[in-house]
Amino acid sequence: MIEIQNLSKRFDQFTAVDNLSFTVKEGEVLGFLGPNGAGKSTTMKVITGFLAPSEGTVTIDGFDITESPIEAKSLIGYLPEGAPSYGDMTTLEFLKFIADVRGFKGEEAAVRVQRALDEVALNNVAHQTIDTLSKGFKRRVGLAQAIMHDPKVLILDEPTDGLDPNQKHHVRELIKNLAKDKIVVISTHILEEVSAVCTRAVIIAQGRIVADGTPAELEAKSRYHQAVSVRFTEQYDLSADLSGIPGVGDIEQDGEDELRFTVLAENAESIFSTVSEVAQKNSWPVDEFHVNRGQLEDLFRTVTQSGQEENNHG
Amino acid sequence: MGSIGIIFKRELMGYFATPLAYIFIVIFLIANGIFTFELGGFFLRGQADLLPFFGFHPWLYLFMVPAIAMSLWADERKTGTIELLMTLPIRLSDAVIGKFLAAWVLTGIALALTFPIWITVNYLGDPDNGVIFAAYIGSWLMAGGFLSIGSCMSACTKNSVIAFILTVSICFIFVIMGSPILLNSFPGWLPQFLVDAFSAMGFLTHFDSISKGVLDIRDMLFFTVFIGAWLTASAIVIEIKKAN
Repeated sequence: MIEIQNLSKRFDQFTAVDNLSFTVKEGEVLGFLGPNGAGKSTTMKVITGFLAPSEGTVTIDGFDITESPIEAKSLIGYLPEGAPSYGDMTTLEFLKFIADVRGFKGEEAAVRVQRALDEVALNNVAHQTIDTLSKGFKRRVGLAQAIMHDPKVLILDEPTDGLDPNQKHHVRELIKNLAKDKIVVISTHILEEVSAVCTRAVIIAQGRIVADGTPAELEAKSRYHQAVSVRFTEQYDLSADLSGIPGVGDIEQDGEDELRFTVLAENAESIFSTVSEVAQKNSWPVDEFHVNRGQLEDLFRTVTQSGQEENNHG
Repeated sequence: MGSIGIIFKRELMGYFATPLAYIFIVIFLIANGIFTFELGGFFLRGQADLLPFFGFHPWLYLFMVPAIAMSLWADERKTGTIELLMTLPIRLSDAVIGKFLAAWVLTGIALALTFPIWITVNYLGDPDNGVIFAAYIGSWLMAGGFLSIGSCMSACTKNSVIAFILTVSICFIFVIMGSPILLNSFPGWLPQFLVDAFSAMGFLTHFDSISKGVLDIRDMLFFTVFIGAWLTASAIVIEIKKAN
């Protein structure tokens, strides 16, 4: 379990992380979201023991990261932002070095290194110098290094940044398969990734938590939750048909596709059946018709921008 | 193998994975040859000792050692690998010592490869091999002193060229501290103990006696404490600056 209590990190005058508290339990895959400069990477650097907290504590399975750093760090696998690794070594040499540091010897070390190579599909470049690898391969070397010791806690700072769609899919599968009894914390800008792999999402802005819940819960807070999307085959004015129908809120026309409309639900209650009745009664020329789960992106914008305004006023 | 050993092995492998180690060794040997035979008048002196050889070492180290020390920490910070290193379960002190030892062993290898000159002097005459051995030890210790300064300077900056210039400057100060030219230029009203303390910090003061075969425990202690102090300073600087 990761316990973060009243964590603050300041650089001179700038407060990167502001009194952050949350816990992550076994089996959780936590998506750490936030705009650039929100404090995601700083928080991860403090959790992994790279930076000392200005205030507050971080404990990993009971080990305080500042008081028992070696024990805590042994439990963590960490992929830092940008996946740094020693460029003058070959992939294999580098992973052997990590195996040494993690305390694996002889046969065991060889098995661990081989498994790490297999898991992230690095066998073809095992004897290539890391400097000569492409961005995607370098990221995978970083991942291999992080999962080598089968860590209890895996902290990945933008693990899929710079990967092609196939590799992204592969890494997400890897994370999903890992996570049975483990704790995974990933930071990302890609919101679809959160829905794809995370069991919980925390959105931070200005170093503070502004939203925390399962992806579904967060989507439910979006104003697009339960909204109905309609696409017509021809021009049609649906606002006349829908005026006065209970539960129906605003109607938005898509900026790019003028035949597409989104009918918002006023109280986040299902309006799908009501709207579909109206559609049948008036014989809408419907091409597509479906209900929205809500959009993380929309919630993300709402919570991170309102935070900014508050700050500007203060 | 402890953490120091693991870091040491990686760093030393790193030197030999790139041309750095080979270039360093070759240039070190060539420069030693030129200094000893051309400038030092090895043959003209007609004496079976290696004084002209060792006498130039402080000046040779002044430029060569900072060249290997400059990237010790600056590169780690520049490429971000310091974040990887510092989040692995190893102590900072182990990393500082391991890296230092790797660089120090590299200078030791270069120094050991000057053995033909020792064979030469033994072939030509009958030197005191005890003196020569002591001088080798002293020279290596002095290289360690230069390196420890370099380690600290390299921790101060992300830019290895800046680290190089800083290291050369500070090493230069420590080299000339004990030289008579500098000491004689001090105004007479300075209390003697200050002048003595100043001269006692100089590399030449300690290296001169060692290279003459006087393996005094105080001189060895000087270099050991000197290295320890600069490595401690390195660790402190890294702790402060690692995030920048």
